[in-house]
Amino acid sequence: MFSDPANLTLANMSELLKKREISSEDLTQAFLERIEGLNPDINAYITIDRAGAITAAKEADKRLDAKQGEPLTGIPIGVKDLFCTKGILTTCASKILNNFIPPYESTVTSRLKGAGAVILGKTNMDEFAMGSSNETSHFGVVKNPWDKSRIPGGSSGGSAAAVSAGMGSATIGTDTGGSIRQPAALTGITGLKPTYGRVSRFGMIAFASSLDQAGPMTKTAEDAAILLQAMAGHDPKDATSIDAPVPDYMANLGDGLQGRKIGIPEEYFASGLSPDVARVIEDAKKQLTELGAELVPVSLPTTKHAIPTYYILAPAEASSNLARYDGIRFGYRCENPEDIRDLFFRTRAEGFGNEVKRRIMLGTYVLSSGYYDAYYLKAQKVRRLIADDFKAAFSKVDLLLAPTTPDTAFKLGEKTNDPVQMYLSDIFTINVNLAGLPAISIPCGFDKDNLPIGMQLIGRPLDESGILSAAHAYQQATQWHTRSPIL
Amino acid sequence: MPIDPNYETVIGLEVHTQLRTKSKIFCGCPNKFGAEANSQICPVCAGFPGVLPVMNREMVNMAIKTGLAINGQIKKLSVFSRKNYFYPDSPTGYQISQYDLPIVEHGELFIDLPDEPKKRIGVTRIHMEVDAGKSIHEGIVGASWVDLNRVGTPLLEIVSEPDMRSSEDAGAYLKKLRAIVRFLDVCDGNMEEGSFRCDANVSVRHYGAEKFGTRTELKNLNSIRNVMRAIDFEVDRQIDLIESGDKVVQETRLWDANKNISRSMRSKEDAHDYRYFPEPDLPPLTLEQSHIDDIKAKLPELPDAMAKRFQDEMGLSEYDAGVLTAEKEMSTYFEEANQIVSNAGKKNAKATANWVTVELLGRLNKDGLSIEDSPVSAVNLGKLVALIQTGEISGKIAKKVFAHMFDDGGDPEKIVAEKGLKQVTDSGSITAEVEKVLASHPDQVEQYRGGKTQILGFLVGKVMQATRGKANPAMVNKVLKEKLG
Repeated sequence: MFSDPANLTLANMSELLKKREISSEDLTQAFLERIEGLNPDINAYITIDRAGAITAAKEADKRLDAKQGEPLTGIPIGVKDLFCTKGILTTCASKILNNFIPPYESTVTSRLKGAGAVILGKTNMDEFAMGSSNETSHFGVVKNPWDKSRIPGGSSGGSAAAVSAGMGSATIGTDTGGSIRQPAALTGITGLKPTYGRVSRFGMIAFASSLDQAGPMTKTAEDAAILLQAMAGHDPKDATSIDAPVPDYMANLGDGLQGRKIGIPEEYFASGLSPDVARVIEDAKKQLTELGAELVPVSLPTTKHAIPTYYILAPAEASSNLARYDGIRFGYRCENPEDIRDLFFRTRAEGFGNEVKRRIMLGTYVLSSGYYDAYYLKAQKVRRLIADDFKAAFSKVDLLLAPTTPDTAFKLGEKTNDPVQMYLSDIFTINVNLAGLPAISIPCGFDKDNLPIGMQLIGRPLDESGILSAAHAYQQATQWHTRSPIL
Repeated sequence: MPIDPNYETVIGLEVHTQLRTKSKIFCGCPNKFGAEANSQICPVCAGFPGVLPVMNREMVNMAIKTGLAINGQIKKLSVFSRKNYFYPDSPTGYQISQYDLPIVEHGELFIDLPDEPKKRIGVTRIHMEVDAGKSIHEGIVGASWVDLNRVGTPLLEIVSEPDMRSSEDAGAYLKKLRAIVRFLDVCDGNMEEGSFRCDANVSVRHYGAEKFGTRTELKNLNSIRNVMRAIDFEVDRQIDLIESGDKVVQETRLWDANKNISRSMRSKEDAHDYRYFPEPDLPPLTLEQSHIDDIKAKLPELPDAMAKRFQDEMGLSEYDAGVLTAEKEMSTYFEEANQIVSNAGKKNAKATANWVTVELLGRLNKDGLSIEDSPVSAVNLGKLVALIQTGEISGKIAKKVFAHMFDDGGDPEKIVAEKGLKQVTDSGSITAEVEKVLASHPDQVEQYRGGKTQILGFLVGKVMQATRGKANPAMVNKVLKEKLG
C-alpha cells in the first residue's frame, strides 16, 4: 500500500502493476479517496463511479496476476462526461441531460475498458463542451488546482484539473477548438489532440462534428502515447474515422529531435502574447535547438481568420446537433407542457445554459436562408485556405511550435460577461482543429504568479508519432511536467 | 384534361419511394413494416446523443440501379445534407437528405398515352434520404404518441421536370415509374401503405405563355386515382381564380379524398427555413465507374425493353405488349405461362397473351382481383393454352375448363381427364357417331343431298352434342361430308 498515487506517471503505475508491486485495487482505492477528498473543492468530477471502479480494478488484478496484463490494465482514469458510458450517468454538464443514462458505450471508453483501464468517474466540463473556462457547466465551475481563484481552462477543464491534482492517473478529453490543449496548458499537464478521424467519435456527444476529436490528458507524452495506442483506430461505427493503420507510438517515442525541422509561425508571436508566455517559449526554442532540432521561420497568414471561421462553423453544426434535445425521448423535459410547441420551447429554454443558447442562435443564424453564402459557405472556403496554409508550411518543416494560449489562467468570472474575450483565449488552438491536424500541448514553464504555461507542437496529418516523440524528447530534458500544485 | 381550353396545365411530380433494403439506412435495424410500435429501433433511430449514422451500401446500389433505369447520370460524387426542422417524429431534429449534390441527375422516362405514344418526361434528379417516424393522435386525449419504427427507412426522392400537361400524363408517369421500381425490385410501389408516395406541383398558364404560372404543391395523395383527381380539382380551382381576377397563391395544399377537395396547409411565407448544410457525420459519397458498370450489367430487363421483346420476338401487338409489361407481376405471369406452352412444343405467345389479357384479366377485373390474387396460376393457365394448342381440347371446352379452374382451382389436365372433356380425334369413333346421327336424321340428309348444304352445320351440331363437345369439329365436318358425299 502506498499513500500518494499523484506523484506517479501512468507509465510508472503500469510498470508497478505489471511487477505486482501494487494492486490495481489499492491504486484505484487511493485515487478514489483522493478524489473524494478534493472534489468538493476542485469539482473536477461530475460522477464518481466507486463501485464500478473497484469491480474493474479487481478484474484487472486477476488479469495482472495471470500475467495477461496490457499497458493499461488496472490503470485508473477519468473520462470527460460527454463519452457515453453504458449504465452510467452521462450529462455533458447540461441540465438537459441531467438524467441521461446511455444504453450504449462510446467506442473510446469501450476500447479503454477493453485495454484494461479502470474508469474512476466522469469529469466536469463546459456544457456541451462550449466554453474555454469550465464555467458553463450546469454542475458548477472547476477550480484550477494551481490557484483555486482561477479557471482551469475548458472545455475539458475537469479532465485537466483531475490530472493536475492527481485525481486520476490520466483522463480523456475532447478538443473541438482547443478544449484539450488549452486546459492542459493552463493546468500544467500534457494534452494531445489527435488528427481528426484518428479516434472514433461514436458515443461521444457531438458539439461540432467536423471538429470534435478525443484525446488523452496526461502527465507526460509517454502516458499520452500509451493511451492513444488504445484509443486510436478505424471504427466502422464512425464514417469519419480514418481507416489507416495505427503505428506503435511507444516504439517511436524515442525518435528524438536530431535533425528535425520545427517551424515557428510568425503570426503566433505577434501582439497579444503575454511577456511571460513569450519569454518561456523563447527558452523552449533554445532547448529544442539544443536537442538537435532546426528552427525555421514560417508563416500561416490565415491565422487571423481562424476565430471568426470557427465561430461560424462550430455553432452551425452545434445548432443542428443539439436539435435532438427536445424532451421527447430522453433527458430533461419541462413540467406540464401545454402542447408540443410549449414542450420544445420550455424544455430547451430551461434545459440549456446561456452559452449553449448563444451558440445555437449563432449557428441557426449563419445557416439561415439568405445568410448561408455570406457566412457558412464563406467560412468553409476560409477553412480550406487555413488547411492550405498548414500544408504549405509542412512542405518545409516537420513540426510547428506555438504557444498554446496567449496568457496563463485567468480569474473565475473574469470573462464570463465578455464572450468575445472568452473566445479569443482559443486563438492559438482553433486553426489546428479547422485543419484537422494533430497537436500536443506540454508544460514549458511558469509565469510570475507560478501559473503553468504550455506550448504546442503541431504535426502533419496522422503524425501523432512525430509530435509525441518531440514532446517526449523535450520532457526528457526538462522538469516542467513533473511539477504539481500544492493542495 | 383542362376544362378551359385556353389554359395549359403544367405538372411536376415528386415521388418518394421506400426502398426494400434488408436493414435501415443508417443502422442495422430491420427495415420492415407492421411491427409493434417502437420495436424496430435502436439509439441511432431514436436520435440518442453521440450515436452516428453509417451508410447502407445496399441503398446506394438501389439508387444507382434506379438512376440507370431512367437513363440518369450517376454522379461519382454526391453529398448528404441535413434538413433541419423540429418535429416529434424526427428524433434528431434534422433529416439526412441530399441537397445540392444528389446521386442522380438528368434522367427521363417515357409514358404511353393513347394519342401520344412514348412521350418523354424528364427526371430532374433522384436523391437519397431517410424517412421519419409517425405521430399518432387518434385514440389519445391530451397527448400524442410517437412510433419511430419507420425512422431510418431509406427513401429515394424522384423529382420530375414540369413536363406533364394533364392528370392523364401524371397518372401514366406514376404507373410507369412504379413499374420500373417494381421491375428493379427496389420498392414495392404500394401507394396506400405509403411506400410509394407522390406530391404534385401544379400550375396553369395561357396557351403560348412562356412563363409558368404560380404553382401549388398537393400532398396526401395516396393512390394514382387521387393524384389525378386532385390535379383536376386544382386545375379547375386555379383557372377559376384567374378567371375571376384573383391570383394563385404559392402554397401547400392537402387533398381530402373523402370530400374530393383540397385545402390550404401552409403558405410560402410559413414555409420552413430548413437550413440545409452538408452532413458532417458522413463523408461525401464517391463512386467508382467500375461499380456503376457492374450494376448496369446486372440490371434486370425493364418494362420498355420487355415490351419491345414481346413485339419483336413473340409477335405480340404493341397494345398487348404494353398491357403485359405494365406490372411486374403481369409480365412474370405471362412469361411463366408462355414457357409452359412452349415446353409443350406448341409455341404460341399470341394465344397465351390473348388468354392472359382477355380471359384472365377480364375475369379478374370482374371479380375485383389483381394478378397476384389470381386463383388460376400461371402454370395452370399455360397448361390450358397448351391443351388447346395440341388439339387436346377445343377453345370452347377450354373456356369451360377455365371457369372451373377460376372458381374451384385445379390443374386443367386433371379437370379435362376427370370430366372426360378430351377432344375425340379418333376417326373410327367419330365415324360411328356420324353414322348414328345420319341414320336418325333422314330428312336433313335428304335436304343436304338436295342442295341445301347449309344444313351441314345442324348435323355437325348434332354430332358435337352427341359427343358432348369433345369431338374435334374439323374431323366431324370432314367425315360428315364424306358420308353425305
